[in-house]
Amino acid sequence: MSRSTESVATDPTEWDYAPAPESEAIGRVKERYLPFIDGKFVEGSGDDLVSVNPGRDEPLSTVSTVSEADLDTAVHAARQAYEGPWSRLSGAERGKYLFRIARGIAERSRELAVLEALDNGKPIKETRDFDVPTAAQHFFYHAGWADKLQHLGHGPDPKPLGVAGQVVPWNFPLLMAAWKIAPALAAGNTVVIKPAETTPLSALVLAEIIADADLPPGVVNIVPGAGDVGAALVRHPGLDKVAFTGSTTVGKQIQQTLAGTGRKLTLELGGKGATIVFSDAAIDQAVEGIVNAIFFNAGQVCCAGSRLLVQESIAEELLTRLRERVDTLRVGDPLDKNTDVGAINSRSQWDKITELTRAGVDEGAELWQSSCPLPDKGFFVAPTIFTDATQTMRIAREEIFGPVLSVITFRTPDEALAKANNSPYGLSAGVWTEKGSRAMAMAARLRAGVIWDNTWNRFDPAAPFGGYQESGFGREGGPSGLAAYLDTDDEALIG
Amino acid sequence: MSIAVAKTYKLYVGGSFPRSESGRTYQVADAGGSFLANAVLASRKDARDAVAAARKGFSSWSKATPYNRGQVIYRIAEMLQSRAPEFIELLITSRGVDHAAAVAEVDAAIDRLVHYAGWTDKLAAVFGSANPVSAPYFSYSAPEPTGVVAIIAPTDAPLLGLVSVLAPVITGGNAAVLIAAEADPCIAITFAEVLATSDVPAGVVNILTGSATEIAPHLAAHADVNALDLTGAEAGLATELEGVAAGTVKRVYRPKGRPDFAAAPGTVRLRSFLEIKTVWHPTGSPSLAGGSSY
Repeated sequence: MSRSTESVATDPTEWDYAPAPESEAIGRVKERYLPFIDGKFVEGSGDDLVSVNPGRDEPLSTVSTVSEADLDTAVHAARQAYEGPWSRLSGAERGKYLFRIARGIAERSRELAVLEALDNGKPIKETRDFDVPTAAQHFFYHAGWADKLQHLGHGPDPKPLGVAGQVVPWNFPLLMAAWKIAPALAAGNTVVIKPAETTPLSALVLAEIIADADLPPGVVNIVPGAGDVGAALVRHPGLDKVAFTGSTTVGKQIQQTLAGTGRKLTLELGGKGATIVFSDAAIDQAVEGIVNAIFFNAGQVCCAGSRLLVQESIAEELLTRLRERVDTLRVGDPLDKNTDVGAINSRSQWDKITELTRAGVDEGAELWQSSCPLPDKGFFVAPTIFTDATQTMRIAREEIFGPVLSVITFRTPDEALAKANNSPYGLSAGVWTEKGSRAMAMAARLRAGVIWDNTWNRFDPAAPFGGYQESGFGREGGPSGLAAYLDTDDEALIG
Repeated sequence: MSIAVAKTYKLYVGGSFPRSESGRTYQVADAGGSFLANAVLASRKDARDAVAAARKGFSSWSKATPYNRGQVIYRIAEMLQSRAPEFIELLITSRGVDHAAAVAEVDAAIDRLVHYAGWTDKLAAVFGSANPVSAPYFSYSAPEPTGVVAIIAPTDAPLLGLVSVLAPVITGGNAAVLIAAEADPCIAITFAEVLATSDVPAGVVNILTGSATEIAPHLAAHADVNALDLTGAEAGLATELEGVAAGTVKRVYRPKGRPDFAAAPGTVRLRSFLEIKTVWHPTGSPSLAGGSSY
């Protein structure tokens, strides 16, 4: 297929999209953002950080960060709020605050969608249609639980844990904050939450929404900073609960730090999800599913389907169609409404993806990359597919967290299961087959917390999400996600 | 009167009663301090063998139907009932409790097994959910067993405590590697004889005797152990093991204090060793004519 501009003029089948950028002004990016502690936006005493627009590799805004002393203040404020107004409120009243926040997010959704695309680099299509509305939905869903905790099956009057320290990643900055804050508050806890170093802005706009909702001061504290702030927060002795979403490496450190403290912990860590395509699958739908699995958010998703296990008999046909489809993905300006794949979030992540891609080539897998043009500036990676990958290669074992798919073939269902389950991770897995009984049987045997039959990347606040094995423990969403913020330990003790 | 045939207490691994590969033993005293028996001082290699056996046991046990698992656990209760006099005598000898206390402990242990036998086919109904998602998908969440659970058995209530920590683990479909209370290996291994005659598949329960301080760190670090129950570990050891367990993101249950095994069990021990799996399946139109099967 020719991509020369001359042929565009002469060949009626060659056409291209006109640029359709969303206005950057809608994001109302401020020059400077402040931590939100005890109901006030205050200067932090840490060093400022500069948030970069990864779509252009340009500074976007400056954020004041917190010091350990500021963290003490925030945790103290959260404790005061917990022991003060928040625990005296009825569940129904708590719920009304959460409903307000849900509405606030919806009302500022356009602004948040643009801001998130600018700060994170993901396409506006995703922030507008997924990140922001789902964040609002999480508050709305959990708002309704606040006065119904007695129906969860943990006794007539389940108690909150107290103060929760939460650390969220950069891949879904606003949505992950919503996943963490909404259930914590619904259950009656107060929180101190740290957004990611490279994507702090949307959480601080959420802080404005929370302030506008008149949430009592200290119930939610938002403390920007880098990894050192996160490490200081999770080991803070004033916490009763820690919830972390991020890498398995850091998750292990946190679990070790909390050993012996008795504090509750939820870990939502990495993954190496397998999409399994059987020969009877609806091929076109499967191709769309594979694209969604690995190129949604440029593969920077913990539950990405980064391994494709395809039955040998259809491998050639499937891969041909997959490459044709991937070649049409539009990579570029996150603010462009036609963009399918946006920027990688940071230079360091771009470096990591590039390094692992090189490892794939060095280890002998066959590299294919989309011919799509990439912008001159910003952190972009062309959608990448490795064929002839083997189970032992780094690209088949390590979480790349980028738009890089490793393809492995199989012959029998048992072989597919063995290969899919051959990973220390266990977050997501999926099956493409037209045979319902096989889909269900595979779903039962895949060792992963989320299974997608003939689909991928479905999320809902009503559906618990979380991993097996080294993908973490505890759930977010649904009744079990809410229970993670309640004291559900019902074993009788002596004395 | 003829000379009594004394029992040799060995390990219980993979459905068999092996000696330690190390050949080590330790002496167990009765309540009065007199020699009661030699017990096996399990080694690191024994622990690893037990994990391998548990992984095998897990593959069959986790696929057994809930009804079948419930029947097997009920069968354990039946076998314990039939051997109640032996346990009563053993409790009196080894722990120095009076007859009434020993009877009460054995009865409570039997009741505990019956309680859990009835749980197997209710777990999904109680801890699972049909998820009302806002998209054309059928989404459900159901508990599945975590995998291989290493248990440090409590040092009080040698029979009731042992049953109270073991039963919830296997009820959920997990396999167990249990380190018996160091002072009470005879009760634990006699209980293994109950398990061995109860249709519990080989490897589902493996019992090691010896020193938790020595063996448990290997289990906590073992990549094929998915979870730890620290009930019987003293505080310092428990914290050390929690730290080691972080290396492979194990699930850890550590009671907040000394459990009262005489009280009704809650569900935390069940829940601690279950994973919630969420499955999404497309719904959409029942008619495939429009190509709308998704």
